Amino acid sequence: MANLKTSEKKTKAQSMGLHSEVLTGKTQQKFFNPDEAENFYYFGTYDVDFNKRTEIDVKNMECREANKKIDELMKDGYGTIVIKNPQGKHSLGVGILNKLNLIFEGSLGYFGCGSMDGPIVRINGRVGWSCAENMMAGKVVIEKNAGSCFGAAIRGGDLICKGSVGARTGIDQKGGTIIIGGDAGAFTGFMMQRGRIIILGDVGINLGDSMYDGTIFVGGKIGSFGSDAVEAELTDSDQDWLKRKLKVAEIGENFDVSKMTKVVAGKKLWNYDALEPTEKKGAI
Amino acid sequence: MCGIAGLIHRGNTSNVGFELQGMLQALKHRGEDSTGYALYGKTDGQNFIMRFKVGENVGEGSTSVMEDVSVYDERKKIVDGYLSDLGAKIIKEERILPYSLRYEIEYDKDLMEFSQKIESVPGVEILSMGKSLEVIKDLGNAEAVCKRYNLDKLVGTHAIGHARMATESGVDIKSAHPFWGYPFSDVSVVHNGQLTNYWNNRRVLENKGMRFMSECDSELIAVYLAEKMRNGATLEEGMKESLTGLDGVFTYFVATKDSLGMAKDTMAAKPLVLYESDNLVAMGSEEIAIRSVLPQEIETYDPFDGEVKVWQI
Repeated sequence: MANLKTSEKKTKAQSMGLHSEVLTGKTQQKFFNPDEAENFYYFGTYDVDFNKRTEIDVKNMECREANKKIDELMKDGYGTIVIKNPQGKHSLGVGILNKLNLIFEGSLGYFGCGSMDGPIVRINGRVGWSCAENMMAGKVVIEKNAGSCFGAAIRGGDLICKGSVGARTGIDQKGGTIIIGGDAGAFTGFMMQRGRIIILGDVGINLGDSMYDGTIFVGGKIGSFGSDAVEAELTDSDQDWLKRKLKVAEIGENFDVSKMTKVVAGKKLWNYDALEPTEKKGAI
Repeated sequence: MCGIAGLIHRGNTSNVGFELQGMLQALKHRGEDSTGYALYGKTDGQNFIMRFKVGENVGEGSTSVMEDVSVYDERKKIVDGYLSDLGAKIIKEERILPYSLRYEIEYDKDLMEFSQKIESVPGVEILSMGKSLEVIKDLGNAEAVCKRYNLDKLVGTHAIGHARMATESGVDIKSAHPFWGYPFSDVSVVHNGQLTNYWNNRRVLENKGMRFMSECDSELIAVYLAEKMRNGATLEEGMKESLTGLDGVFTYFVATKDSLGMAKDTMAAKPLVLYESDNLVAMGSEEIAIRSVLPQEIETYDPFDGEVKVWQI
């Protein structure tokens, strides 16, 4: 068995309060080894040309049919696909593991753009529950509002909603950045483990409840803090990062980031493994 | 999982039966054990419309026990006799299905006494009582129920409905939504979620003389609100109290003769998408329900946790 040692190298991200837990044992980060690249096969990836553009009208299509059509178009090399009349249908644009410009001319229902890795998506409408769930990489921009569980369990990428979002935004988030232009509901950042959430407006009750790690920045009022969520000092590095991120996201121009509240894990709930024997003893 | 939908036309009337059918059919994947409609039609304001059943639908996956159809006639006869005893005059009588009836009644006394008398007949349940409200519920999806009861021509101001996936009570009409806010005229409720303090609340309310017809937790909301209003609370006040009085996860709609309201629990655990304009409010568990009446691009949003809203016609 490999000799696993505690990782002590400090990165800038760690100095900003991100990834602050000490990685030990099997949780140690394993980096991609280019020598092994040929052993990797990535299903569903195609060479596409962003200048090759097409449109499809999904008004009379079921979601499976529409998603299959997107896949076929990527296979044919289309790098920019415009989806007309999504009309709130569920599960559109899911499982895309490719670079792609995907534009929805209208609103999506539940699970839109879930489990994707790489595309740049613009939604000229609203999205329902669980938009971009499990996203690995890419960028999703929503012009209007979003439902609950926005960005649930995302691992990477940028998820931007210019309007307001429902409850449990960034639940179980494991990486990436979620940016909200408006307000966010209750339990935002519930059990988040990594990544960052930026909310320019107000946020509901139980912010960051049981968060393990990661950082939440709030521009407006906070309904209440959840268990083990605490306020932290907003550093110059934080402000630089926020300004840069908001600029790239084309949201919150001229927003005064210096007045934002930074929320992180208090880390009092961390050692549950160590407490377990005591609980067991009590139970016995 | 269940689906709920509702709409209110403000300042005018529309074909609400057809519209609600489209909304509920769009939600049929959330459950099609039964579907129910609470439709608020035009009324002359004089007579009550009583929708009631004298038996259960025993087909289509029903959990009800098969009965001899002749008992339906016997029960109807007893109900007719009781109506006469109560001083209620039947103006119009329709027997839509062997077990489902619609009466127009002239009556001006206490509704609680009235309901208790009618429902003392075994197997008889008043589905709704009101001068505008008509509750129609049966097994099957929205399209099937609409067709069975000819609801698509019904004109009115507002409506709420429910597509049910039975989880904790039977597949039968008595457990189907909407629930009438007994003993209040024209009050109906639909619910998506699960109430965890159902039995505690039920015992308290039963001790206060309120009646439960099913073991469906959603019925509690109708009875809870009716009891609050009986003690002088407004609908909105009752709904706000329900956010703490009811435990569990829920989004529910309640409608009266001239209003429609929504409430969402403090954890926002159940979905709701809302569209609001000056002349129309439409809402449902999913946006596709709203899209069945408004296919064009519209501004919709999810109400936040603990939100209560009420609209007037």
